[in-house]
Amino acid sequence: MPISMQLPDYLVDRDPNRCITCKVCVNQCANDVHHWDKDVDSVIAEEEKCVNCHRCVIYCPTHALKIRRNPTEYKENHYWNSSTIRGIDRQAEGGGVLLTGMGTDKPIPIYWDRLFLNASQVTNPSIDPLREPMEIRTYLGSKPDNVIIKDGKLIKELPPQLVLDAPIMFGALSFGAISLSAVKSLAKAATDCGVMWNTGEGGLHRDVYEYGKNCIVQVASGRFGVDAEYLNAGSAIEIKIGQGAKPGIGGHLPGEKVGEEVSKTRMIPVGSDAISPAPHHDIYSIEDLRQLIYALKEATRYTKPVSVKVSAVHNVAAIASGIVRAGADIVAIDGVRGGTGAAPLRTRDSVGIPAELALAAVDSRLRQEGIRNQASLVIAGGIRNSSDIVKAIALGADACYIGTAALITMGCRMCQTCYTGKCNWGICTQDPKLVKRLNPEIGAQRLTNLIHAWSHEIKELLGGMGINALESLRGNRLMLRGVGLSETEYRILGILPAGE
Amino acid sequence: MTMTIDAKGVYYKELNHNLRNHLDKGVKEILVQNVNGQRYIGDGVTGSQRLILEGTPGNDMAAFMDGLEIVVKGNGQDGTGNTMNQGRIIVHGHTGDTTGYAMRGGEIFIRDYVGYRVGIHMKEYKEKIPAIVIGGTAGDFLGEYMAGGIVVVLGIGLKEREDIVGDYCGTGMHGGIMYIRGQIPEYNLGKEVKIVEMTDEDKALVRGYVERYVTYFGGNVKSILSKPFNKLIPYNKRPYGNLYTSW
Repeated sequence: MPISMQLPDYLVDRDPNRCITCKVCVNQCANDVHHWDKDVDSVIAEEEKCVNCHRCVIYCPTHALKIRRNPTEYKENHYWNSSTIRGIDRQAEGGGVLLTGMGTDKPIPIYWDRLFLNASQVTNPSIDPLREPMEIRTYLGSKPDNVIIKDGKLIKELPPQLVLDAPIMFGALSFGAISLSAVKSLAKAATDCGVMWNTGEGGLHRDVYEYGKNCIVQVASGRFGVDAEYLNAGSAIEIKIGQGAKPGIGGHLPGEKVGEEVSKTRMIPVGSDAISPAPHHDIYSIEDLRQLIYALKEATRYTKPVSVKVSAVHNVAAIASGIVRAGADIVAIDGVRGGTGAAPLRTRDSVGIPAELALAAVDSRLRQEGIRNQASLVIAGGIRNSSDIVKAIALGADACYIGTAALITMGCRMCQTCYTGKCNWGICTQDPKLVKRLNPEIGAQRLTNLIHAWSHEIKELLGGMGINALESLRGNRLMLRGVGLSETEYRILGILPAGE
Repeated sequence: MTMTIDAKGVYYKELNHNLRNHLDKGVKEILVQNVNGQRYIGDGVTGSQRLILEGTPGNDMAAFMDGLEIVVKGNGQDGTGNTMNQGRIIVHGHTGDTTGYAMRGGEIFIRDYVGYRVGIHMKEYKEKIPAIVIGGTAGDFLGEYMAGGIVVVLGIGLKEREDIVGDYCGTGMHGGIMYIRGQIPEYNLGKEVKIVEMTDEDKALVRGYVERYVTYFGGNVKSILSKPFNKLIPYNKRPYGNLYTSW
């Protein structure tokens, strides 16, 4: 047998006519793909190490580099395809659980693309957001069963609410998984845009306490960085039960990524694994969940909404009902396409259900039970653009989390090797040399651009439907029609086929 | 001056609201009588005041607590000192499951036994080292996933053939130390921990905790220390470091 049966996934094409041996690629690649051979004064590539992150391609001043998929074919086989063979080869050599990063790349049906929005024609006018006010401000939190108004004033006190200038929030990305530069970019952008960012389970670094007003602080099973000051630093608290990329699996930050700053923020020794197992060991039932929700409410004197985040799984509607009855103010549901810094491949690709179906099922169930007002609904897991958000809101969401889209905004090229800690874009790494590559000011500006662009698009789409307030679209499934779905899917989504 | 509050028949929300109000106003010590299952007492409270609870406080007492001293004249229930950051809890009785879950600092002294999963996920950072001292025995999964801190189990009054700790002691442990008085049967230990020799520093540390225990609850330091202690530490900081293969 040869040492390894594996072929390089990518080939590095270097145009010798263009290459000026400036060695930028050698310096830029944290995966050590490029080497300068001084004997022949040329740069050579160790292609086995290439993850196709485009760092060298974009930084090459003469555009001498191209990365392409290794064109070598296996004997044609629909069932035992190259990806299947590759997985077996890697495990035959490594003997471990296959580990990957980002959300699933499998061709799971994309329901967003089968849903179409309505627009006004003739009988009711569409609205032009350039000239008319358009309300997309969003309040997240429990709404009372009724309101009491006296002399034009609300006299019944409302439970605490999160106020968002757009129905978009940055999803949980923990410091440890991502760099402090990335955290600062998200925190600053959320503050500038009047939306929320989420600490994930990695605690709150001292440098970002100033962005606490626009922050949701997370409490996960490992309870990293959780103390009274942290709980009071944010505007809401989120109990993380599950994550769309790895339902039923806990978080596991490898020791390589636990440097001095992460150690200080998480309160664990430098170099030790940060282990956050699947269950919270004080939660084994809805009653126990209620206990943690109320412990957090007591600890923050009932001033902050408490969110509970779960992965979209088979019984998600019943689970969400339990969460609302346990006293959560916000239910966040993360679909199967949700991203991650590290997840076992088989879990990522085959556990959980799509966000679209989970969202529709949960919204329907909470309405049937008459408790939809008691909690806001946040959907996550593969939101790509503003029309996904508008469709999500029509299906019943109050707001969306974006994670992967925010990472792409900061420069991520989706190479799916976040868990190695060698992110060449300075996003998903703790290596000080790499972290410096992401400028938080620029990162924040790009994220702000994205939120502003999407906000405008949301207004355009709303205006087209003749709706001037996002509130009028929430759960308004008549604004949706589907194409090419089965009868069961139409029933679950609660929408009609196009033409009906 | 000690202030006295009667908790008889008072719902937890009202009781805790009152306690926080008084503590905010600078009351240094509050005696709460007839505590009967009220949850969340002292949750998230910051300060250096003192609460004395007569009766049985409910679950999640002193969760996220930051500095207070709470003396319980009775038993504690589940989640006592859950994710506590600083302060001291002295329980004149036993406590339930997940006592000291993810504790980050401070101390918990329990006169008698504790339930399952005590001290799990305990953490430490530099000089901030939390400690749990248990007079009696501990249930299964003691110190599971422990990343730091100190757990001392004295096993006072251990009956014949009774185990001092339950099964899976120290499973997934990757930091911190447990000091257990007397023999620990091999079958009780998780596979991530090992027993090592006590050093002079360990002995001095344990003596300090035993002296404090005796100060709070009575007993004899010399007779407690006459039985040798075992020191449990994890094999390494990365118990699951070799679990994965890159995709």
